[in-house]
Amino acid sequence: MDNKIITAALAAGFLASASVAFAETIKVGYMTTLSGGAGIIGKQMKNAVELAMEHKGGKLGGMDAEVIFVDDQRKPDVAKQLANKLIKSEKVDVIGGIIWSNLMMAIHKQVTRADTLLISSNAGPSPLAGSNCHKNFVSMSWQNDQTPEAMGKYMNSAGVKSVYAMAPNYQAGKDMIEGFKRFYKGEIVSEVYTKLGQTDFQAELSVLRAAKPAATFIFQPGGMGVNFVKQWNQAGMDNVSKLYTVFSVDGISLPALKDTALGTISTQTWSPDLDNAINNRFVADYKSKFGGYPSFYAAQAYDTILAIDHAVAKSGSKDTAKMRAVLAAGDIPTTRGSLQMNSNQFPIQNFYLREVVKDTDGVVTSKIIDTVFENHGDAYAQDCKF
Amino acid sequence: MTATLLLEQVFNGLQAGITLFLIAAGLTLILGIMDFVFLAHGSQVMIGAYAASAVTIATNNFYLGILAAIPITFFCGYLLEWLIIRHLYRRDHMDQVLATFGLILFFNEAIRITFGPAALFSNFPPSLAGFIEILPDTPYPVFRILIILVGLVCAVAIHLFVSRTRVGAMVRAGASNPEMTAALGINIKILFRFIFAAGATFAGLAGMMIGPLTSVEPGMGEPLLILSLVVIIIGGIGSVRGAFIAAIIIGLVDTIGRVMLPMLFRTFMSGPTADTAGPALASMSVYILMAVVLVFKPTGLFPPKGA
Repeated sequence: MDNKIITAALAAGFLASASVAFAETIKVGYMTTLSGGAGIIGKQMKNAVELAMEHKGGKLGGMDAEVIFVDDQRKPDVAKQLANKLIKSEKVDVIGGIIWSNLMMAIHKQVTRADTLLISSNAGPSPLAGSNCHKNFVSMSWQNDQTPEAMGKYMNSAGVKSVYAMAPNYQAGKDMIEGFKRFYKGEIVSEVYTKLGQTDFQAELSVLRAAKPAATFIFQPGGMGVNFVKQWNQAGMDNVSKLYTVFSVDGISLPALKDTALGTISTQTWSPDLDNAINNRFVADYKSKFGGYPSFYAAQAYDTILAIDHAVAKSGSKDTAKMRAVLAAGDIPTTRGSLQMNSNQFPIQNFYLREVVKDTDGVVTSKIIDTVFENHGDAYAQDCKF
Repeated sequence: MTATLLLEQVFNGLQAGITLFLIAAGLTLILGIMDFVFLAHGSQVMIGAYAASAVTIATNNFYLGILAAIPITFFCGYLLEWLIIRHLYRRDHMDQVLATFGLILFFNEAIRITFGPAALFSNFPPSLAGFIEILPDTPYPVFRILIILVGLVCAVAIHLFVSRTRVGAMVRAGASNPEMTAALGINIKILFRFIFAAGATFAGLAGMMIGPLTSVEPGMGEPLLILSLVVIIIGGIGSVRGAFIAAIIIGLVDTIGRVMLPMLFRTFMSGPTADTAGPALASMSVYILMAVVLVFKPTGLFPPKGA
């Protein structure tokens, strides 16, 4: 009797573990900002991840998959706790997402050291591209300096003689201007650092009007971009200077700006009109499901899921080293076409010049008007030794 | 810096100051007369901006948006006082801070649930998009001049109301001695409710007017609330005249400081150092001013009589 029970129990246990082995599940922890002023960015990213999972039939690389969303509240300490929870109690195989560079810097060590794959959907701080790079970190976005570099190069080649630069007074603001200056060789009339979170730029615009620069370069992310572009338009500044932007006019701010943003120029690695099968399907389905254009944040979130799908499918495993090897080899199918990887596991990709236009339905969106960089790698890859 | 540019900055400062005054006017009366610490006054700004933008989007008429938003913000203020605030007058200040801080979170979340987390589209009609030459070759946006004018009209109206009318006399009497005023047969509770709702309406009006200039989003009122608190501390709590003068001073100091200080620093410092120190000091300037005022006049520049 006792033996029978033990045998049955053993058999049950064996079967249970066998069934687990057959139906292996890959767990993805997706961290983004879902609450507070930047909650709209996280919401778009979550939408895109869910759309990607729907397109993949709920599986990643043919393996059953589970995505756990966590809200970092844009706070580094919260991000650290959540990363710890995802690694230790949820035991996720991959952590994806992360909008902000300071949050990425806060969590990358604990995630990569726990041998969990970390895939950035946005943040690309220079230390992680250079001397502090890690083999378990992969970027599906760009290195922070690259987008202003592209704008600098474009303005240089377009023969813009002098430029007035404006950014918020914090680290990323200064990095953006540095990146811009790396490729722009003309005269910088003035570098103005505004208050982070500033709502009214009328005083700065008055000074700008008096200075009469041929061109103005700005980095004013989020709500600051909405305020700046609106007030620029209202003050009739287009007659004074031409506006060039990075990370200030995008799918997040355009619904609030509408016609006031028409004609604004920006650089980016992605655009809704980028013509390839993956992007066309992504943009069309996103629009019909969520009623509006996706932003580049959403596209990069979608690509993050595609990258995991590709890694699992090609390696046939959810093992960190095997997935990493697939991603490092490049040729990742994304909304930006087949993406190649640099030696530091950041993409080598094109940077486009985009203009704000109206689509055929009269909705304000971005359109590619030129390619500034082809297959552009970042400036820090040479310092990265795994 | 040329004289015309300086004049333009004075206009910018005036416009910022007038906006602050509209918010601070209600706040100073609520704090001064009712002795009530009300932190959710910034939410009234947000409600005004959202009401005006939402009606403008629905009807495609900016003026209709403003016309609808004024009674909406008055009604919101009235309802808020009746539902919550009146139960808190007799509690200590810490309870009031906690309760009204909770209201900030409530209003921000309610707006997020109703309108979504994205900024709402808002712009003024093309008819107000022109410019006026305040000096030759110095165009200034009509809409911003309109804000200054509306603010000035409100300031004069509030002043006349408080100092010349019978109800204004009741407000002043209620401020110095609520028990005695009530004993004379004046319904002090209804009086407070109307002051509260009027204060909410003026803050809402500020929101309606800055909505087309800035991004209409959850939490948009909080940065303004902080500055309004600075204004009422400098002006003297409970004094509408003090709030007006302090608001103009703060508007001018903040605007001109932001532009002048980095330029000034660049004359005796290297570029990068000046670019860091200038804006940093400029963003502190209004708080430094507040500290200086508190040292020399702890009750503010124009404390109400008998306070």
